[in-house]
Amino acid sequence: MTPQEEEEFKRRRKARNLVFVAVLLGFVVLFYAITIVRMSD
Amino acid sequence: MTNNGEGRAGNGAPLRAIDWTMTAITAPSAHEVSRTAVAVSPVAVGMAGAVAGVSAMPADWRDFFALTKPKVMRLVVFTGLCGLLAAPGSIHPVIGFTAILCIALAAGGAGALNMWWEADIDAKMKRTMRRPLPTGAMRREDARDFGLLLCGVAVMMMGLAVHWLAAGVLAFSIFFYAVIYTMWLKPRTPQNIVIGGAAGAFPPLIGWIAVTGEITAMPLLLFAIIFIWTPPHFWALALWVKIDYAEAGIPMMPVAAGEVSTRRQILAYSLLLLPLSAAPWFIGGTGAIYGVAALALSAVFLALAVPVGLRRAGEGDAMKPEKRLFAWSILYLFALFGALVIDNWVLA
Repeated sequence: MTPQEEEEFKRRRKARNLVFVAVLLGFVVLFYAITIVRMSD
Repeated sequence: MTNNGEGRAGNGAPLRAIDWTMTAITAPSAHEVSRTAVAVSPVAVGMAGAVAGVSAMPADWRDFFALTKPKVMRLVVFTGLCGLLAAPGSIHPVIGFTAILCIALAAGGAGALNMWWEADIDAKMKRTMRRPLPTGAMRREDARDFGLLLCGVAVMMMGLAVHWLAAGVLAFSIFFYAVIYTMWLKPRTPQNIVIGGAAGAFPPLIGWIAVTGEITAMPLLLFAIIFIWTPPHFWALALWVKIDYAEAGIPMMPVAAGEVSTRRQILAYSLLLLPLSAAPWFIGGTGAIYGVAALALSAVFLALAVPVGLRRAGEGDAMKPEKRLFAWSILYLFALFGALVIDNWVLA
């Protein structure tokens, strides 16, 4: 793997991880909201 | 090599055999030697990804996003949202949002499963050859696992947070699209679009059930409208990309039954759509706003379908009437369901 390829590899992995964190956080917030709404039913 | 149905793999084999015979006459290139190594060596099969052009790089997150067919998802989310907003009763905004998210996730998951299964077909068609799997941006297995994950999350979340009947219909719609349509009917019958249209007709039904918790005549009519709308919408497109479908071995109506028959059927479905789209008004499910809008929109649809149904395209035809009908069909669905929601709000 050339240095450029390694750079691209790291960039892609980082971008994927960031998106994954954002999705997970989104689900945490959503499940919290669903729980509150369901408990107040 | 493909892991699709035997028929398609079998169809390609003679051509590949000829290809290998031809190349054997001249000195093989390094790439061809590599391909032969993969074909004969079980050890090399593990490396097939790299040899066949699958990137060694981890797939970009945008490639995963592309697997979900975002353009299709837009229409699915819109019709699902309209079903949810037009249904009688109320739903908490958080639960309503969750229901739409589940419909979107399921549509995305089913789209990914579709791309996983059809990667070899997509590679042969201009319209689809730049998708992540044909370009080798990711492994097929990753697309499959991603699709299954999205579908699983969508169904479980719909059941736990919204309603189990909605979750059941959602699960069935995924099965219908990924298995009955993509794997079974699409490569086997020219009626594939008619039956596959049912898969796209589920979102408003699911949106409605999320609110009411039951299946009544109104959501079934919304289902029927999209079901009848799909064939003229898709065949209008298929008429001008039919060469692509023919080369990919998909029995699309213009290829299998001919252009004349397809054009007649487009006209027949468009004629049927006129009374059907207004049926929710006729049974008292909506007010006049929707009824008049449905009749007007469907009349334009029919007016655009008439020239498509009656004309014959010559060599090098620009296919303008077909493209116009296809463009209108997309606008039609947005406008029709928009009218349904506006009608419901005004009546309320």
